Amino acid sequence: MKPILSIRDLHVSFGQAAAEKEVVHGVSFDLGVGEVLAIVGESGSGKSVTALSSNRLIDYAGGRITSGKIELLRADGSVLDVTSAGKQELTGIRGAEIGVIFQEPMTSLNPVLTIGAQIEESFRLHRGLTGKQAQAAARDALERVRIPDAERRLKATPNQLSGGMLQRVMIAMALACNPRLLIADEPTTALDVTVQAQIMALLAELKRETGMSMIFISHDIGLVAGIADRVMVMQDGRVVEQGELSQILDKPQHPYTQHLLHAVPHFSSGTAARTDGARTTAPLPKPTLEVDDLVVRYPLKGGWFSKPVGAVHAVDGVAFDLMPGETLAIVGESGSGKSTTARAVLGLVSPTRGAFSVEAQAARPGQSRLPVQMVFQNPYASLNPRLNVEQLLAEPVIATGQPIDAAVRARMAALLKRVGLPEDSLARYPHQFSGGQRQRLCIARALMLNPSVVVLDEAVSALDVSVQARVLELLVDLQHEYGLAYLFISHDMAVVERIAHRVAVMYAGQIVEIGDAKSVLSDPQHPYTRKLIAAVPTIDRRNQHFELDTRQVPSLVRSVGFEPPAAKWLQHGADHKVRAEA
Amino acid sequence: MRVVKAIFSHPSGRIGGAIVLLYLVVALLGAVGLTPHDPLMQYRIDRLQAPSSSYLMGTDLFGRDVMSRLMKGVGQSFTVAFFSVAFATLAGTVLGLTAAWYGKRWDTVMMRLMDVLLAFPAILLALLIVTIVGPGTWTSVAAISIVYTPIFTRVVRGPALSLKEREFVDAARTFGSSRSYILTRHLLLNLVAPLTVQVTLALAWALLTEAGLSFLGLGTQPPASSLGLMLSDARNLMEQAPWLLAFPAVAIMLSILGFNLLGDALRDILDPKTRRA
Repeated sequence: MKPILSIRDLHVSFGQAAAEKEVVHGVSFDLGVGEVLAIVGESGSGKSVTALSSNRLIDYAGGRITSGKIELLRADGSVLDVTSAGKQELTGIRGAEIGVIFQEPMTSLNPVLTIGAQIEESFRLHRGLTGKQAQAAARDALERVRIPDAERRLKATPNQLSGGMLQRVMIAMALACNPRLLIADEPTTALDVTVQAQIMALLAELKRETGMSMIFISHDIGLVAGIADRVMVMQDGRVVEQGELSQILDKPQHPYTQHLLHAVPHFSSGTAARTDGARTTAPLPKPTLEVDDLVVRYPLKGGWFSKPVGAVHAVDGVAFDLMPGETLAIVGESGSGKSTTARAVLGLVSPTRGAFSVEAQAARPGQSRLPVQMVFQNPYASLNPRLNVEQLLAEPVIATGQPIDAAVRARMAALLKRVGLPEDSLARYPHQFSGGQRQRLCIARALMLNPSVVVLDEAVSALDVSVQARVLELLVDLQHEYGLAYLFISHDMAVVERIAHRVAVMYAGQIVEIGDAKSVLSDPQHPYTRKLIAAVPTIDRRNQHFELDTRQVPSLVRSVGFEPPAAKWLQHGADHKVRAEA
Repeated sequence: MRVVKAIFSHPSGRIGGAIVLLYLVVALLGAVGLTPHDPLMQYRIDRLQAPSSSYLMGTDLFGRDVMSRLMKGVGQSFTVAFFSVAFATLAGTVLGLTAAWYGKRWDTVMMRLMDVLLAFPAILLALLIVTIVGPGTWTSVAAISIVYTPIFTRVVRGPALSLKEREFVDAARTFGSSRSYILTRHLLLNLVAPLTVQVTLALAWALLTEAGLSFLGLGTQPPASSLGLMLSDARNLMEQAPWLLAFPAVAIMLSILGFNLLGDALRDILDPKTRRA
């Protein structure tokens, strides 16, 4: 049987004339009818460029196919050479033969049009349906992607739906014309892990139903395991290895594939948790950070006189403590209040009530008034692009009112060296560094004032897996060296397992389970923790199918004066307690 | 230095840059008095002379050398334009930054005030101010600054609002950086590019407004010269002595063209989105 897509020796370049740069160097593969090919690689490996060349969407991104052959088997049995196809033919295959879903559902939809109008448009364009017919087709499309209450959702605008729902809408739109090939470009990267599991289950089901072929692009080799028939590994614009899924995962031949498989943090249900915890010795030392009954609420006002009509309970009665040299990971989905908790600890958000005490470690040179420092998720956004490294590192010192003297400069140089940045970095600007290097720079900056607590808010989530592994190692080393306590905010269970001593699971603004990492991850007690852990994609669990679940997260909006009932805790083991559900 | 180099390798920047540079030289010469003749000296015998080798741009009704008056006038117009744009930039930056930073009531009050100012046509507002205070060079400066302050306030406030929410500002807060440090280092420094473009374009408008005020007799007062005043004087002699009208008119047009071309070039150069790799 003929493959639906056959690419031979594809070369793609970006830029013009002298500045032209080839990013894909001779990629070849065949995609069979009904087959799922996963393209795996780190950022800049050319995986998206390769996939988006197959319908020439790459033309709009400034790319140019310089040589090679892309043959698409059309529905009527004819073969189209995409590289030489005219505009007319390309419009004919986009949407109708090849559907695409992208990473960011929020930015792919027009915010001012209703979901219904946007889905109907693709039916009008490609199938010539009008009025009632288009509406009915749009409703069917939403039902097909398992959106509950489809009729009502059609009238919603994108901001009224969650990220997972929007990604389903995007899938519905891509599937509107029954494409025979679906390109999914990192479709779940922006989503929470439980939502990701839902989308993956949906894609697998749709594939079984329709028999379409799929190209699934991802940086996460563990995620690919659940859906792909074949895997193609790319590095720097070249295919380093391709083959059957089991062959790639179990017997990787190329060193880069082995490296990728090794670098991906495998979630192993708590068995790989750290054992160098601070709570093994009795008596317990005095905690570095104690948080008691932290509450953050945002009042909602409504009516003619802006009366308070309720409040968003972002964080509701969170309490924990943190020992010196210990990592507490706070896990949960977006909207669970984990970032708000971190920001409240740093004073970026003012808490409605609650008590903190931060124990500054005595007699540390250069200790600031704020012994808590933070490393943000996005190393591109958290560094001012107009300042060079020296000015960036000087900022915390200037903030404390100290002069920038030889001792400070020596500390800068030492810290840069310690986090693994070249010595000539001081005069350089942030854009001259890679994402991983920038994150190292942010870590160095956070350490300038010798803090006792460092808050890491999704600090490694934006990094490629191999870079991520090295930054995690650095963080663990620094923790030992300086006795730092980490508050590690993450949604990635595998990363959490590698760095946390203790884990706190947050759901709807409250901690539902907290305790020793090994105990919580291997023997989760709360139903939400179980759901969270079950959703983690792993290579070992590749044959397991996810159940589709369309329940909504409970609303955080409460009426005025609402106080949640006091938490009842069930003790489960020495350092592991679970919130009792009423 | 990098920017200067980039301007002269940009096609419209090269032309705009050359024109602006030429005007700066002329304005400087006019301001220090290095003109072919005394711009105020009335050569009564040589009244209304057409351009010749001794009077390159001819003479006016009183026998004054048009070229000398033009140089002096360019100096005068530029002085007014520079001072008014400088004041407008300063006031607009301070108002825009504080409006963005403090927000709430201060922001609302300031921005509505700016909206009111913007609602008037520029020349009408300037006329109003000059009529109240009385004509003169420094009144023109004040009037033009007030007219252009809202524009700078808006140019600064918009990006400042988004910069304020950026993570590096949050990061600075976690260090305990002072407000003035965040405002200058994190906000203002990132506003240099849009401000530079705006300053260049505002200079062109300010020149035009100054010419308009002088033309109406509300700006520079005779016997001093300015481009608008020269146009006004030449109006009645248009048929007998067209050179009286032509040279200042071309001078105004060229200067505005130059600043606009330079502004466009700077926009291309300083905007990272259009910056070529």
